[in-house]
Amino acid sequence: MKLNIAAAPHLRTKDNVRSIMLDVLIALIPSFLVSAWVFGFRAVWIMLYTMILAEGMEIFIMKVLRKQKNFKPDFSASVTGLLLAMNLSLAVNWWQIFIGVLVAIGLGKHVYGGLGKNIFNPALVGRVFMLISFPIAMTTWYRPFYFKYDTITTATPLAILKEHGVEALYNNPDYAINLKSLFIGTVPGSIGEVSAIALIIGFIYLVIRKRIKIWIPITYISTVFVISGIFYMIDPSKYASPLFHILSGGLMLGALFMATDMVTSPMTVKGHIIFGVGLGFITMIIRLFGGYPEGVSFSILIMNSLVPLIDIYAKPRIFGTVRGGKK
Amino acid sequence: MALLTFKGGVHPPEKKELAEHKQIKILPLPEKVYIYTTNHLGAPAKIIVEPGQKVKTGQKIGEANGFISANIHSTITGEVIEIVKMTNAATGTRNDVVVIQRTGDDEWDLIPEHGDYTKKSPEEIVNIVKEAGIVGLGGAMFPSHVKMSIPKGKKAEYLIINAAECEPYITIDNRMMIEKSSEIVKGIKIIMHATGVKKAYIGIESNKPEAIEKMKEAVSGEPIEIKVLKTKYPQGAEKQLIYAITKKEVPSGGLPLDVGVIVFNVSTTYAIYEAVEHGKPLVERGITLTGEGVKNPGNFIYRIGTKVKDLLDHVGLVEEEKIDRILYGGPMMGIPLPDIELPTFKGNNALTVLTKDIVPKKESFPCIRCSKCVQVCPINLMPYLLKLQVEKREYDKAMEYGLMDCIECGSCSYACPAGIELVKTFKTGKKVARALKGRAKK
Repeated sequence: MKLNIAAAPHLRTKDNVRSIMLDVLIALIPSFLVSAWVFGFRAVWIMLYTMILAEGMEIFIMKVLRKQKNFKPDFSASVTGLLLAMNLSLAVNWWQIFIGVLVAIGLGKHVYGGLGKNIFNPALVGRVFMLISFPIAMTTWYRPFYFKYDTITTATPLAILKEHGVEALYNNPDYAINLKSLFIGTVPGSIGEVSAIALIIGFIYLVIRKRIKIWIPITYISTVFVISGIFYMIDPSKYASPLFHILSGGLMLGALFMATDMVTSPMTVKGHIIFGVGLGFITMIIRLFGGYPEGVSFSILIMNSLVPLIDIYAKPRIFGTVRGGKK
Repeated sequence: MALLTFKGGVHPPEKKELAEHKQIKILPLPEKVYIYTTNHLGAPAKIIVEPGQKVKTGQKIGEANGFISANIHSTITGEVIEIVKMTNAATGTRNDVVVIQRTGDDEWDLIPEHGDYTKKSPEEIVNIVKEAGIVGLGGAMFPSHVKMSIPKGKKAEYLIINAAECEPYITIDNRMMIEKSSEIVKGIKIIMHATGVKKAYIGIESNKPEAIEKMKEAVSGEPIEIKVLKTKYPQGAEKQLIYAITKKEVPSGGLPLDVGVIVFNVSTTYAIYEAVEHGKPLVERGITLTGEGVKNPGNFIYRIGTKVKDLLDHVGLVEEEKIDRILYGGPMMGIPLPDIELPTFKGNNALTVLTKDIVPKKESFPCIRCSKCVQVCPINLMPYLLKLQVEKREYDKAMEYGLMDCIECGSCSYACPAGIELVKTFKTGKKVARALKGRAKK
């Protein structure tokens, strides 16, 4: 009888990296649908184009450049591609996206050694590169349900807040800004960031499937809430309410789907909390005092760079020892 | 009531249904047995018989050789035909094996001092246990008499009976509790008497309601309490069991006795009862023969040293091409057999035959830092970080990250979605680190 010899354990979880990535894609379906509804065909086109381009580029890099003949797609590049698309403005064109994807997959991921080795969130590397390279296209916004592009543009809620203050915010002639519109997503913004409810539904799916480091978004959003709440209490005529800060801009998308990227976030619960609080602080500093209206991308990239340090600092206490030594 | 447990762990498919309702059957005597001199942790026993010599069931054929060692006995009545060298899959060492051919029915060679334990001193009981060659039957095979001799200056406060049986598939301890509850309770009282412990707990996982019921009945009026534990792997790991019941952490590198606890497995407790009350050396024990590759899974009493093939003949195997691997023990920590012709040893509580459709087809991915390994590690290690250190051969750093604290339960490898061999790396890393440390001392 021929018997197999292999290392224990002889049973393994049915989960694998591919099924995790597929779950993330499934979790992004609600946001995909809302974006299609609010921004129309152009949004759908950008999301699909970016996603397929990213996956294709990954396959090309793995098979041709890195000579991994047996490489089977694990859909991590699709996740990167879709998240990058959701962070883009509708005004970008096909070659700008191509460069963004090239930077995201090439510079953001494969120069480090590919999946699992990159320090920074690849989608955000691509996005920030595009923001710096194509500042106009990346900050041109269209009104919801306004499907004639290249004509009239408007500003995002956060940009209105930065430029014109709280007064202007709720008296905007172009479209209604209130908590309900922010929650549902009928406001201008990046393709996939506008609808809080769609993102939350996806997040709940990932929580149920145990696919997400839940303490990162919880502490991130709470920190933003607390800091904006303090400023709001000091001067409500000057600062927007904490709920506005949570629901507007890329915070929900960033906190729920970008900061929780497994590869570029810490490994322990304590690390997740440090990470989340740090994200909240940096985001609010940029939003309140920085030159950009939005700070989610930058805060995630900055905190990504601290992950190796956080991991070492936030080591759990080994069973049977006291902190700092043996019992 | 919230069930007692520990932090971390995994929940693999239990698969207990294959054998949990099968009554324990006594298997017919084997024609030949192969008795390892390493039927225990520690030094191999010294053989005291010669080929050609007639031996009775229970006759001592090898003597404990050193402090941590144990006696070995003939498990059938017959004749020693040869002494050969074989590799013991459990210890990984190549040692002498005494081969005995059966000549007839059992003629017992009992331990003369046995009888009513209440009339015996602790030393006398420990001595009987030593004579009987009893070792930890949960799988660790640590000599029981050493555990029962509490060193001066230490005090055992609690006795914990490990009845968690958290390994999937295995059901023998469950059946032992259902069918032999009063004998097990008597065994507990013998251990308490020998060690001076005043309070005992029996830790049983919640997925064994019948055993819990039976044991509750059996302990009424005794200073023994049943503790129902959450069904989770590795609930039966010694440190996790102690923590679940007493909320005390065995210090890193220490022993249960450091928190005033001694732990015995259900089957070990039963063996101690058999030795002290009936004078029976450890020649037989219970085993679960199970897995999808077994036609009629069940629980059996068998003679130690029976060949695996002979045991499996009693339950029947499915078609050969469907079988993937056969394990000493269960699927989480079991040792795969290279060959079906190998003998069994004292620590065998199960043989699990896994079929090809059960064993997952492994596809490897790079680590995506999902942190599942960190979440499930019952010792709070950071397995992915530890693996990096071991691979870089930074053993000092690895030990700082708790390499030696790893209990090798395999939860990390089980949970890893990238299919990374974490626990395997730690097992080899521990061996190398230990060897290097030994060299440094010399």
